[in-house]
Amino acid sequence: MIAGAVFDIALVALLVALAAWSVSTRSGFTAIVGFIGYGVLLVVAWMRLRAPDVALTEGTIAAGLGGVLLLTAQARVGESAARTSAGAPRQDGGPSTIARIGIAILCAFVGASLIAVVLSLPEPAPSLAPLTAEALPRVGLGNPVNAVLLGARALDTLLEKVVVFLAVIGVWSLSRDHAWGSSPSIGPRTTSRVGGAAGGIAPAPAGPIAMLARIVPPFGIVVAGYLLWNGANEPGGAFASAAMLAAMALLVLMAGLGRIPRCSQGSWRATIVAGPLLFMAVALLGLPLAGAFLAFPEAWSKPIIVVIEIALVISVASALVLLIAGPPTTEPSP
Amino acid sequence: MSAVLLAMAAAVIATTIAALWRAVNGPARSDRLMSVQLLGTGAIAALLLVAGATGAGSALDLALVLAMLSSFATIAVALAPAPGRGGAA
Amino acid sequence: MLLDFWTVAVAALGVLFFVAGTAGVLRFPDPLSRLHAVTKADTLGVGLIALAIVPQAATPLDAAKILLIWLATMLSAATVGPLLARVAIRNGDER
Repeated sequence: MIAGAVFDIALVALLVALAAWSVSTRSGFTAIVGFIGYGVLLVVAWMRLRAPDVALTEGTIAAGLGGVLLLTAQARVGESAARTSAGAPRQDGGPSTIARIGIAILCAFVGASLIAVVLSLPEPAPSLAPLTAEALPRVGLGNPVNAVLLGARALDTLLEKVVVFLAVIGVWSLSRDHAWGSSPSIGPRTTSRVGGAAGGIAPAPAGPIAMLARIVPPFGIVVAGYLLWNGANEPGGAFASAAMLAAMALLVLMAGLGRIPRCSQGSWRATIVAGPLLFMAVALLGLPLAGAFLAFPEAWSKPIIVVIEIALVISVASALVLLIAGPPTTEPSP
Repeated sequence: MSAVLLAMAAAVIATTIAALWRAVNGPARSDRLMSVQLLGTGAIAALLLVAGATGAGSALDLALVLAMLSSFATIAVALAPAPGRGGAA
Repeated sequence: MLLDFWTVAVAALGVLFFVAGTAGVLRFPDPLSRLHAVTKADTLGVGLIALAIVPQAATPLDAAKILLIWLATMLSAATVGPLLARVAIRNGDER
């Protein structure tokens, strides 16, 4: 296993080097590209650690959706900065040098403490895994990760989905007053807001992006359904499925082939909230039916989990699309 | 044979890592994007080889997801307006 | 036995194309010619590796997944090619 060790060491060294380079480079765009590359390499690292569920999440979020999020955010920030300062250099230079040194020392201290703690764990490390493994068959799922997420730690999952929904509210609150309730836009634009010259790519319903957006989404939806169903016994599950659906929706939006419904529409808002709401309802029903909040009657465990997962997929996918598309805006978009 | 396939997977990853030099160095934005695209394709190829070596279906699922999502970063960049003043690569 | 030989041989060819693609990205003079290396050589490499792995698939579902991966990679490269070319030309990188 020398070859494996060499590979792992090289991978780790490369990850650290890439991270350091991304942080220190001057251009925001270059840093984002470095971060995307870092995400792809992390997928390889997670597979080496035999954690395919984490690798799946990392692949969809960091390498796929995260890249789009950061790049569109950087494009928007760059535009607004250019618009407000009109070519003059930015006034504030960020934290002062002393603050930066203090932050660096604090980060190094936290990192070193984590390394020390992990390296000083007794062998074998104390873990709840054997205890959990005994109890998992009662949840009815074959995949231990999803069984823990939706069985043993369902409370965490419920709270996470509520947090996602709160994040959507946060993003919506960034819209201007007159644009509140309209729909976000993330498609091709014909006019740039900087100086009025035409920028970006003119809408091209026959262009390469549109071709991709017409061919891939049907397959993507099928793959999302497969990931959700397969998550019961193999890596996958609700979140990977939702991320795939969100990615397909984003593809259609980026091609200009569709628009997000207006955020003031009741049915759209209901879609976003349906998942956490259903989860909460099931949790409350656990009180009379099984004796505790979030308890499932054992015979119904798997069907309940399936229903919850389906609702969560729809809500989380909608929320992800909204988080990446940004606040509602009335900017022109074809 | 699985050892051979795993060795090839490592070779593919090493190759794509070498291409990262272009991401660090490439003077143009398109160079860096190209390098990341290559990295994604390399990861897909390595995952295919690992799936062939170990028979784990999860590697195939991962490769499928990566293959479908790999073009998103480039699409997002292509849609953004051209870098104006100060938009260095 | 024959299938194993096929797998190793075709996968080796695929890896060869991959190395060629990376060599192209590193050595070609300008972005547009590097684009050729990325989209063509690497996609061919992935296609050959996918073809090599198909006999190893345990179930028809796995074989279908492998073909879908190959199709998605081809579509992705077909889309990324013109887009990167536009980005390069728009930024004035072609020479």
